Amino acid sequence: MIWNPKAECMSSEEREEMQLKRLKKVVKKAYENVPYYKELFDSAGITPQDIQTLKDIEKIPFTTKTEMRKTYPFGLFAVPEDEIVEIHSTSGTTGKPTVSGYTEKDLDIWGEIVARALSMAGATKKDRIQNSYGYGLFTGGLGIHHGAKKLGATLIPISAGNTKRQLEIMKDFESTILTCTPSYAAYLAEALEKQGLSGDDISLKAGIFGAEMWTEELRTNIEKSLKISATNIYGLTEIMGPGVAHECQEKNGLHLQEDHFYPEIINPQTGETLEDGEKGELVLTTLTREGMPIIRFRTKDITTLRRGECACGRTTVRMDRITGRSDDMMKIRGVIVFPSQIEKALLSIDGILPQYQIIATRPKTMDELEIKVEVSESLFSDEIKHIENMQKNIAKAVHDTIGLRVNVSIVQPGTIPRSEGKAVRVIDKRDFS
Amino acid sequence: MKLKQISVFLENKEGKLKNAIEILSENEINIRALSIADTSQFGILRLIVNDYSKAKNALEKSNYVVKITEVIAVKVQDKPGGLNQMLTTLYNNKINVEYIYAFVDCTDGQAIVVVKTENIEKGINVLESENIKVLDAEEVIK
Repeated sequence: MIWNPKAECMSSEEREEMQLKRLKKVVKKAYENVPYYKELFDSAGITPQDIQTLKDIEKIPFTTKTEMRKTYPFGLFAVPEDEIVEIHSTSGTTGKPTVSGYTEKDLDIWGEIVARALSMAGATKKDRIQNSYGYGLFTGGLGIHHGAKKLGATLIPISAGNTKRQLEIMKDFESTILTCTPSYAAYLAEALEKQGLSGDDISLKAGIFGAEMWTEELRTNIEKSLKISATNIYGLTEIMGPGVAHECQEKNGLHLQEDHFYPEIINPQTGETLEDGEKGELVLTTLTREGMPIIRFRTKDITTLRRGECACGRTTVRMDRITGRSDDMMKIRGVIVFPSQIEKALLSIDGILPQYQIIATRPKTMDELEIKVEVSESLFSDEIKHIENMQKNIAKAVHDTIGLRVNVSIVQPGTIPRSEGKAVRVIDKRDFS
Repeated sequence: MKLKQISVFLENKEGKLKNAIEILSENEINIRALSIADTSQFGILRLIVNDYSKAKNALEKSNYVVKITEVIAVKVQDKPGGLNQMLTTLYNNKINVEYIYAFVDCTDGQAIVVVKTENIEKGINVLESENIKVLDAEEVIK
């Protein structure tokens, strides 16, 4: 079902007209109410009047996470503080957290875009949504929450963790939709299997997974074991939270909600704007947000935008599954490596779970890449030679994919650290100073 | 008679073995025999215990990966040549041994040998046809 046909199936002329009107308004509002944007415009020698076409957005300098951090905590709010009704924040794993403030109307829009996403996944008001994203400052839990409310579905706000209880609730409440990180979905599937059960013993029909990068291989794996249709959700705290883009049942790119967000693709090295169809870094501008308008935010996510009407009937631009981040791209012995490539290689081997970690070190002058993989019941054998063969197969699959020799270690389950259900995938211990 | 052995995956790191043994102790599981096969990175801890399913559950609760493997237990004389007779029998019948470990039972001065052959059924048949006593679970874990 299409939740909002008017917004999701607009003609491109209609959409561009609406976007331009909204862009002019948001730029003016940011310039007049947020000192950061006033300085940014002034230093670039432009004023809001310079924005007369959508293309004019390119005159405005980018904003990165680093700049946002300088305004910590509330420096980007564009409304008096009593109009802010909810605050979210990133975990701050890579530095100071970035904070996001929402007015009542912002929350309404957030609920709207998540309701569109849930509908794309196949949810209706008749569904029971088991929301296993973490509740709290993290946008995952409450983002889905606002959307499920808008949709009118029955929401089960179980939050993340406590796998045994998750499965019990899933069976007893007959949850039909699961929302969580893809790595947690895979873990739940494994835990279900451990109880001697399968996708046939639960009532799930669809899953909405995101908040971390994942691959088609992992999708197939989850869809088979839980017997569901799994779709990919995209979003980020700085812009709004989950729901900025979501896959329809065609599973051929994520529909970006263009009436609320304006997307661009740039060359991450030069900052130059690229054409539709070219691969680069996604840059987003909020078009309707009141509490915290964000203009030309560099997401660091690498993707491609594709135009044209989708078979589902929606006309919104589609972005490819995120294949990497411009900052978690590693250069190992001169070769560019994205963690998603390694995940793809690992999941091509039977019995491997997506619980892995990539560690880059430089013992002397040469880079070394170590891949830790958690052992699972199906991977473990009573014989040393079988486990050693498995290590060799993993190293070979990775070598075939990225062209580098890697060291594979098999570790005990639960030893790879997880935060908010997001697995910590990459550790770079190389010292470049 | 096949005997159930539990195999546990251990990282080759400080404290990993002690931790596993501690879990068994806390769950009042008696270890009858034990062996470790190891590489520089990991090891496989093999155990014969009085209650294998209880041991498996307790270890799995603490995130260990555990497998139940079938092995053969044989009683041999605790004297020179005791083990040789059994191995000769297996060798003559072309039965491959994957691994083997032994412990001495103080009560009757005999040794109990735990052996994993490629084909367990065949192993047992060959040994029994040569009148070598294959023990059942009760006799081993008494």
